[in-house]
Amino acid sequence: MVRYTGAEVQRMEDPRLLTGHGRFVDDIHLPGMLYAAFLRSSHAHARIRSIDASAALALAGVHGVFTQADLAVPDTAQPMNQLYPSPVIHQDITQHPMATDEVCYVGQTVALVAADSRAIAEDALALIAVDYEPLPAVVDCRTAQADDAPMAHVGTDTNLGGQLRSAFGDIDEAFAKADHVFSASFMQHRGGCHAMETRGVLARDEPYGEGLTIWSSTQCPYMVRRALANYLGEPEGRVRIIAPDVGGGFGPKAGFYPEEIVIPVVARQLGRPLKWIEDRREHFTATTGQRDQQWDLEVACDKDGKMLGLRGVITHDNGAYMPYGALLPFTSITPLPGSYAIPALDVRLDVVFTNTTPTTPVRGAGRPYGIYAVERMVETIARELQIESAEVRRRNFVRSDQMPYETGAKLRDGMPVRYDSGDYHACQEKALELADYAGFAARREAARAEGRYLGIGVSACIEDTGVGPYEGSTVRIEPSGEVMVRTGAASQGQGHHTMIAQIVADQLGVRPDDVLFEAADTAKFPQGVGTIGSRVTANVGPSSYDAASQVRETVLKLAAETLEAAEQDLELEDGEVRVAGAPDVKVTLGELAMKLAPMSGGKVPAGFKPSLEATSYLGSSGSPIASGSNVAEVEVDIGTGEVKVLRYSVAHDCGIMINPMMVDGQIIGGVVHGIGNALFERMIYDDQGQPLTTNYGEYLLPLASEMPHIDIVHQETPSPLNPLGVKGAGEGGTIPAAPAIVAAIENALSDFGVVIDYYPVDPQYLTGLIDAAGAQAAE
Amino acid sequence: MADTREITVTINGETETREVETRLNLADFLRHELELTGTHVGCEHGACGACTVLVDGEAVRSCLMLAVQADGHEVTSIEGLAAADGTLHPVQQAFWKNHGLQCGFCTSGMVISVVAFLEDNPDPSEAEVRTALSGNICRCTGYQGIVAATLEAAETLRGEN
Repeated sequence: MVRYTGAEVQRMEDPRLLTGHGRFVDDIHLPGMLYAAFLRSSHAHARIRSIDASAALALAGVHGVFTQADLAVPDTAQPMNQLYPSPVIHQDITQHPMATDEVCYVGQTVALVAADSRAIAEDALALIAVDYEPLPAVVDCRTAQADDAPMAHVGTDTNLGGQLRSAFGDIDEAFAKADHVFSASFMQHRGGCHAMETRGVLARDEPYGEGLTIWSSTQCPYMVRRALANYLGEPEGRVRIIAPDVGGGFGPKAGFYPEEIVIPVVARQLGRPLKWIEDRREHFTATTGQRDQQWDLEVACDKDGKMLGLRGVITHDNGAYMPYGALLPFTSITPLPGSYAIPALDVRLDVVFTNTTPTTPVRGAGRPYGIYAVERMVETIARELQIESAEVRRRNFVRSDQMPYETGAKLRDGMPVRYDSGDYHACQEKALELADYAGFAARREAARAEGRYLGIGVSACIEDTGVGPYEGSTVRIEPSGEVMVRTGAASQGQGHHTMIAQIVADQLGVRPDDVLFEAADTAKFPQGVGTIGSRVTANVGPSSYDAASQVRETVLKLAAETLEAAEQDLELEDGEVRVAGAPDVKVTLGELAMKLAPMSGGKVPAGFKPSLEATSYLGSSGSPIASGSNVAEVEVDIGTGEVKVLRYSVAHDCGIMINPMMVDGQIIGGVVHGIGNALFERMIYDDQGQPLTTNYGEYLLPLASEMPHIDIVHQETPSPLNPLGVKGAGEGGTIPAAPAIVAAIENALSDFGVVIDYYPVDPQYLTGLIDAAGAQAAE
Repeated sequence: MADTREITVTINGETETREVETRLNLADFLRHELELTGTHVGCEHGACGACTVLVDGEAVRSCLMLAVQADGHEVTSIEGLAAADGTLHPVQQAFWKNHGLQCGFCTSGMVISVVAFLEDNPDPSEAEVRTALSGNICRCTGYQGIVAATLEAAETLRGEN
């Protein structure tokens, strides 16, 4: 029998997308629809004295101009709800759907124009006169807590928004007994979302029907439903959210945005459908992303480089508001101490407000920061003790015989961080072999003979995936014999349909092509969570598997009655149930489904329920921990500071793979995102809080021409936490990329003793380090 | 009142005559006037390549060209690439087989760009493919599947497989 789980099934999503028949938010056109554009703050921090929209309102084709005071909501003074309340938040400051009397970052919503066309709406924006009183802005998180720092918000006396700590073991003892204590300070900068589809919202109100229907380019339709219903004071059942095709998410589309309130409310007020599509320039300031963290760490180790303790302080640039609680800060420190068994930890993270776009998770969330930090300390030990960093890792990895291993840290929900399974030693050896690490010395020497500088860098990571508490699925056999799967989980290109079809097909003896799929519409599945944190395979995988297994049981029981055979003699294959040894005695899945779907006058067989279906919310019992080791080989031009990635090797373990081709796609895409973080992507603000990089000439995304071929080898250590043995795979490419690249650059420049304390490592920064090292050597 | 002009464009083999605003770009003309929404707009400043279409056989960024400039010309968008019976173009087929797409948003422009590139260079090296693709941004795939698809499509178009 063909088994689809584990096979490289070609994606079922693709023919539609390849022929231009996808359906993204901007592709939906409703009768009578108007178009919106937002006026956004041009100041990083200012008081709004007045807004005069009279000239805009007079423009032909303009249907209305709205400010916060004009919105028909229960309380215009009410800021947006905190999505993730937490006791670590000291100042829970969220923004209003549109600014009231103060703007706190460039790009903040100030007013909306609704017009016959987007062009007219944009014309009208230029006619709105806002009288701003500029206020001092705080921009750099490293100085935001200084005595003379301006306040990001009027009326506050500190920019500290929250404080987190992760501590376990006896940290003082660890440092007291250490042979060595090494410290390192470094700044990390991660870029923004930059999904190729910007955000978009389309809303229609049917006052006598189902209420509001909203199409949003979101990762989390149920979060949008909850937050919007809360803000409007209306039942969730009167708010329907649909995420149609979404052109990439990467985290920032998982939040809840001002536009997701304003567009539906104004659509309702005007009695017309209203569409807003973010333009790319807006995306740079209106869509959240990640940015800066300053890390100051100390590591204690013995004479062999075995780590005993890690401590330090982190400052996190939160931007101007805290829409997403402390999730990004949490995920920065909960992965510590990474792949290593370190008995003591004590880190504190300060969340500070700045007058910049709010920060929320981007691919990997805080994990790339945390893993980078611990990998930096490994590199520091290796450099100081003159031990190869791969060997330092070997001496410190959590061993496979220690699994399940509790690090001592706690997750957001208070549960202990527990590594469920994995073999980090074997994974690193696989990566080193794939990279021909042993042959590198010869390659380096040959290159040096030509005056070229090659370097190699290793990194390791763990990734907590599959966060709960659930993501359900309904599996139903249609009278046609096809299988319909419905789930709340939205896709942004990951291939959920194909992955789930493979799992369900194996349970029900059909082909993946026979599995229909509907997702991400709150009217079609009652409750979901969303697509974040590499959680769908580890949640919808098990729920679809479980629901399909239940349907299979019903199928066999009903077929046994129908065919007058014993259940154990039945075979379920090719969409039919057959009696073993008597292949002509059979009944199709469609015929069985029809028996449970009679019309008036018919009868459902005794002992069965109508509709051949089952629903499950089975997920993973805990967070499956994926792992990986990466090796980067780079060439550095010491004259220009250009870094070329020559070779990139990944050994990755995300448990059992449903579709290895799609896993590779996730890993490669993730690695390239991480290389972008390491070398290119930089969102720059000047000291007034004005963004300087708001197009793709100024903000560099990784291109095909700069990316290496990426080699991958998989290790499949099943997760014991779900029946499929799966772990998430969406972010494990990104997390270890920057530390491998940065270590490789340092390795290439080891003659100069260059130590990198910032990324992205752009040519200006790197030539500065090389020149400084050269000057030092000359002295 | 907005300045308008009548234009006649051949689009995917069909002739269309429309009165359009002179400031309307070709991408918006295709998407909103002709309802050919397969052409996607990713950056509106000619950097991402998502909106690439063929104009008289040449790859063009439709966000940087006005609709009136297409008057009298022949435009092929992603919807016009597959055969009338639905058979995918070899480039589309190769993207499917090699996992050359994830979210599908950049895909239309990628596929069109590759079609034009392989017309000019039917037997490219991997390095040439990567250079050719450097005008199209993909955030999902890391490009590797797209590069593989382009090389495979080149073989198919040369009649080698």
